[in-house]
Amino acid sequence: MTFEEIVFWSLVLVSGFAALMVVISRSPIASALYLILNFFCLAGLYLTLNAQFIAVVHIIVYAGAIMVLFLFVIMLLNLQDETKLRERMNWKSFAAIALSILFLIELFYIFIIKTPTPKIPIHPSSKEIGTVEYLGKILFTEFLFPFELTSILLIAAIIGAVVLAKKKFELTD
Amino acid sequence: MIPLNYYLLFAAFLFSVGVVGVLIRRNAIIVFMCIELMLNSVNLTFIAFSAFMGNAIGQMFVFFVMTVAAAEAAVGLAIIIALFRNKKTINIDQINLLKW
Amino acid sequence: MNLILEPIVKILIVLFINLTLVSYLVLIERKVSAYIQNRIGPNRVGPWGLLQSVADVVKLFFKEDIVPKDANKFIHSLAPVISVVVAFSTFAVIPFGNKITLYGNEYNLVIADVNVGVLVILALTSLGVYGITLSGWSSNNKYSLLGGLRSSAQMISYELSMGISLIGILLMTQSMRLTQIVAEQGGYIFGFIPNWNIFLQPIGFIIFLVSTFAETNRLPFDLPEAEEELVGGYHTEYSGMKFGLFFLAEYASMITASAFIVTLFLGGWQAPFIEYFNFSPFVISLLQLSAFAIKVLFVLLFFILIRWTIPRFRYDQLMNIGWKVMLPLSLLNLIVTAFLILINIL
Repeated sequence: MTFEEIVFWSLVLVSGFAALMVVISRSPIASALYLILNFFCLAGLYLTLNAQFIAVVHIIVYAGAIMVLFLFVIMLLNLQDETKLRERMNWKSFAAIALSILFLIELFYIFIIKTPTPKIPIHPSSKEIGTVEYLGKILFTEFLFPFELTSILLIAAIIGAVVLAKKKFELTD
Repeated sequence: MIPLNYYLLFAAFLFSVGVVGVLIRRNAIIVFMCIELMLNSVNLTFIAFSAFMGNAIGQMFVFFVMTVAAAEAAVGLAIIIALFRNKKTINIDQINLLKW
Repeated sequence: MNLILEPIVKILIVLFINLTLVSYLVLIERKVSAYIQNRIGPNRVGPWGLLQSVADVVKLFFKEDIVPKDANKFIHSLAPVISVVVAFSTFAVIPFGNKITLYGNEYNLVIADVNVGVLVILALTSLGVYGITLSGWSSNNKYSLLGGLRSSAQMISYELSMGISLIGILLMTQSMRLTQIVAEQGGYIFGFIPNWNIFLQPIGFIIFLVSTFAETNRLPFDLPEAEEELVGGYHTEYSGMKFGLFFLAEYASMITASAFIVTLFLGGWQAPFIEYFNFSPFVISLLQLSAFAIKVLFVLLFFILIRWTIPRFRYDQLMNIGWKVMLPLSLLNLIVTAFLILINIL
């Protein structure tokens, strides 16, 4: 095994394990922590694909902001009855698991067995593409319009979050 | 050298784990986390394609997906807090206002 | 030079210097506070109390490690580790000197010179929230939880103005590489003022400094551990070396924050007026290293002086300053900088 392969497989193993634990673990805090671990491994995988900028932004946005928000909410709610929320497995959940496994087998068939493994390495220009300079140039020329639209989206989200989380939100039962 | 297939298959694995989580968990916050997991598996596919094709558009897409995910997390968690304040639960089976 | 050995040696040296500095920083802080309050300070262990930190560490190691009854044991132990790791790893991208030539080999005095250095530091500082938040939650204590919640809200709020105040520098340097940001700060304005960013971005510097105080949870923004209201804040339930780790993390993050301020605003390792003297290249490298060290020590001393002279803000005042003063001010700074660059003044 080369150094590259060792890095890839260890990241994949840890990340896959963390993803499974997000679904399996009982307490939401543990799920959130495993999700953070998973995000770190994904950032590592992005680095193996030469996407440095996206990897760091991924850490800042997901681990630094979104997951802190999740933890914050879980702590604020402080779910005493979380253990009471016994999630029993019924036939629906078994069907869901079976269908997902079927989906995975299908994709395994398509990606690994049906397609012969291509011997193409990572594109040599990807090293240049992953840098801030290159992405910034594209973002502010070719993708300027969608970029401006995201600012509207974010403002809408901020206003929505403030309105929803305000104390006097009436919801008739 | 790691071929593109492996990245795609791993992304598919993450996606199906996320789908299972959304379908079988009843805790709204965990369901929400599983959605983030699915979004991230798509991001991984985008970046893998971008790197192997030498094309920056995939990474741009990831950038926008992250923005949408951030907005979604803010609004979604606000909704969860509002629901918890009114119904004292975040079990999605008991949140059935829109179901009749 | 060996590709693996060189970074490892650098990491070990930086870690050793940081750890030593932490222990003496604690002593300096106690001495300074003593002089401010007209006391003498630690003077029993060793000459002038120089061995006080060693005694403290030994004491912490021999203390019993108490974990509260209903605490989440794993997260309770994980939290201090996260704090320490985050605090020390930030130093990996900070350039502490120019190139140095030893025995015919040239070495870069930075552990990892990455293309997105500024973002890496912002990412790592944003991870510092976890240590405090998780310790607050896992202790199963209301004071700890309040401290943890306060800290995460505070750090997220001030991260915004911190990040935006940096963009002015990035606009001028046109790079996120920290070595290049330092290299750009050589030379002089009007021929005699060093071309440091503090003179070009004074508002950005003040915003960044205040945000750093909030990010490192130092007074006047140490709401997460406000003793008078929250007992000990997030580390109320910690004892022994786990408490020691939080203590270590606080001072280590102070050091890295000062180093970051020096790198961005105070010219990094640039020593002004050094080129007027005929030093050999090796002596120049050493002088630049010591210039960096002196600047960092100066900023650290400033941190300590502020702590013992300014009272703590109230929580609503803290949030008001963060969102209603710092954020608009940093946006204004960004717009003015961009405009000045547009009309070719900067």
